[in-house]
Amino acid sequence: MAGVNRKVLPGFSLSLGYTLFYLTVLVMVPILACFSKAASLSLDQFRAAVWTERTRAAYVLTFGASFAAAAVDVLLGMLVAWVLVRYRFPGRRIMDSLIDLPLALPTAVGGLVYASLYVKKGWLGQYLVPLGIQGAYSRLAIVLVLVFIGLPFVVRTVQPVLEDQDADSEEAAASLGATRWQAFQRVILPPLYPALITGFALSFARSLGEYGSVVFVSGNMPYKTEIAPVLIVARLEEFAYGEATAIAVVLLIVSFAMLVLINVLERWSKGGAARA
Amino acid sequence: MKKVLLSCVALGGLLAATAGARPAHSQELLNVSYDPTRELWRDINARFIAQYAREKGVTLQIKQSHGGSSTQARAVIDGLEADVVTLASVIDTDAIAQRGLITGDWTERLPHDSLPYYSTIVFVVRKGNPKGIKDWPDLVKPGVEIITPNPKTSGNGYLSFFSAWGSVVLRGGSRQNAVDYVTKLYRQVPVLDSGARGAAATFVQREIGDVHLAWENEAHLEVREARGDLELVYPPLSIRAEPHVAVVDQNVDRKKTRAAAEAYLKYLYTDEAQEIIAKHFYRPSNEAVLNRHAATFPAMRLFSVKEIALGFADAHKKFIAEGGVFDTIYKPR
Repeated sequence: MAGVNRKVLPGFSLSLGYTLFYLTVLVMVPILACFSKAASLSLDQFRAAVWTERTRAAYVLTFGASFAAAAVDVLLGMLVAWVLVRYRFPGRRIMDSLIDLPLALPTAVGGLVYASLYVKKGWLGQYLVPLGIQGAYSRLAIVLVLVFIGLPFVVRTVQPVLEDQDADSEEAAASLGATRWQAFQRVILPPLYPALITGFALSFARSLGEYGSVVFVSGNMPYKTEIAPVLIVARLEEFAYGEATAIAVVLLIVSFAMLVLINVLERWSKGGAARA
Repeated sequence: MKKVLLSCVALGGLLAATAGARPAHSQELLNVSYDPTRELWRDINARFIAQYAREKGVTLQIKQSHGGSSTQARAVIDGLEADVVTLASVIDTDAIAQRGLITGDWTERLPHDSLPYYSTIVFVVRKGNPKGIKDWPDLVKPGVEIITPNPKTSGNGYLSFFSAWGSVVLRGGSRQNAVDYVTKLYRQVPVLDSGARGAAATFVQREIGDVHLAWENEAHLEVREARGDLELVYPPLSIRAEPHVAVVDQNVDRKKTRAAAEAYLKYLYTDEAQEIIAKHFYRPSNEAVLNRHAATFPAMRLFSVKEIALGFADAHKKFIAEGGVFDTIYKPR
């Protein structure tokens, strides 16, 4: 770079200006407001608000369930994207549009429906509950609904990459004597890593902040199925704005750190793919 | 950058000017209320608008806003331009008053402590009341599952808690007895929904639990809609829930809507409005009207929150807020 050549595209300063403006107004200012509200607490108050046995249990649950859901989404999402890209079958278009539905549906509706399905008298629960599978009002319920909400993010990031991949390379691998598993592992999968990691990050981040659906399926039992956003709402009910935002700030910082880490991983996986 | 800011300011100014210049013969009021009152206010508004037009020649448009009571209070604090607030609990109205939006001794301004109606927490049970639930002690019998929302996030939730607490200490029980009782009770709550709506769905649609501790007005609707599958049980004693109404002084003075807003709230005490209130299963504060509906509102002892604490805010702080009794019920596994 170093100012050697003129840029090919015009309007760089204008577009950068707008980008910075919107990022500031839409993202930075709200986050700053959040931090400044939390800063109204003394250090001891802050610690008391964010670090109790109960909040710790909620953080573990929030991050754990989001992580588990994102991991499941990666596997399922890759499979779905694969099927949609590689096969032609009747109803494929409809299936393709169905993928985005969780994004459009108010998540509370998703939560209510999931809870109704998996309770003892629900359509699915009547078979699952006798087997000891509690798909409602449990930690499993939280993961289930988060999988539902995060799935489109993985499918939609993996799909275009798969579409760009030619079947030629797979055929070449096969003709060179690779087994199907080897072809998958060595030829198909590596170019997908960056997209899978991005999909994971998106669905993970989406799950961390999810409130609407989870409160309806989790049962909200303290120490067991209470997610961190519920604690934020509980503190808001006391009009304890500072304490509520303090918990939000912890979530923000940890999420940001994790997203940075995932970005680094993605960068690294891209380098790996290029080297291969 | 500067230009953009300037045009924003100019646009804002223009909007403010047009809002201010509205002709005086039509006015708009915003009533910020809590969740289940939608139908109640729709009926009341229709009658009041007609009456006000007849008597004052002013065409009113009354907008309603509904949501969780304290969420609504926060919205008003943060700038939602409510002319009147009709929230579920004095805690929420007081939070608005504390920020200076409502001034002075606001509960004194209207009859009956600014309570056109009141309500309580009752029991809804399954058909035939198979677990024989009649009174508070029956709730903690082994095998009884109770549905009530999370006291930390729901008004229905903390009113249930206060009722449960009062049922022990007002019958001669000690504080320790009360702590033991609510601990036992909440251990038998399988799901802590975040709000009254969620709890109703859990109990009615998902058929979880044996008894639902609900607002009296919602219990009536729940039983009516269940067409015989659910029954109402009135415990002999329960809390008196007090959804106060108030004019938001700062907003009405700025919007020049004080006269209409005050007339609106005064109208709630007329026989006509009291009848509508009773029809929607809220207990009218006018005793004559209440007595006319004695069949709908059986006599029960409705204790005041002052009998178990200094007031609603104090009770919330002692029992529900961070570090209160409720926090001691659940233990980490």
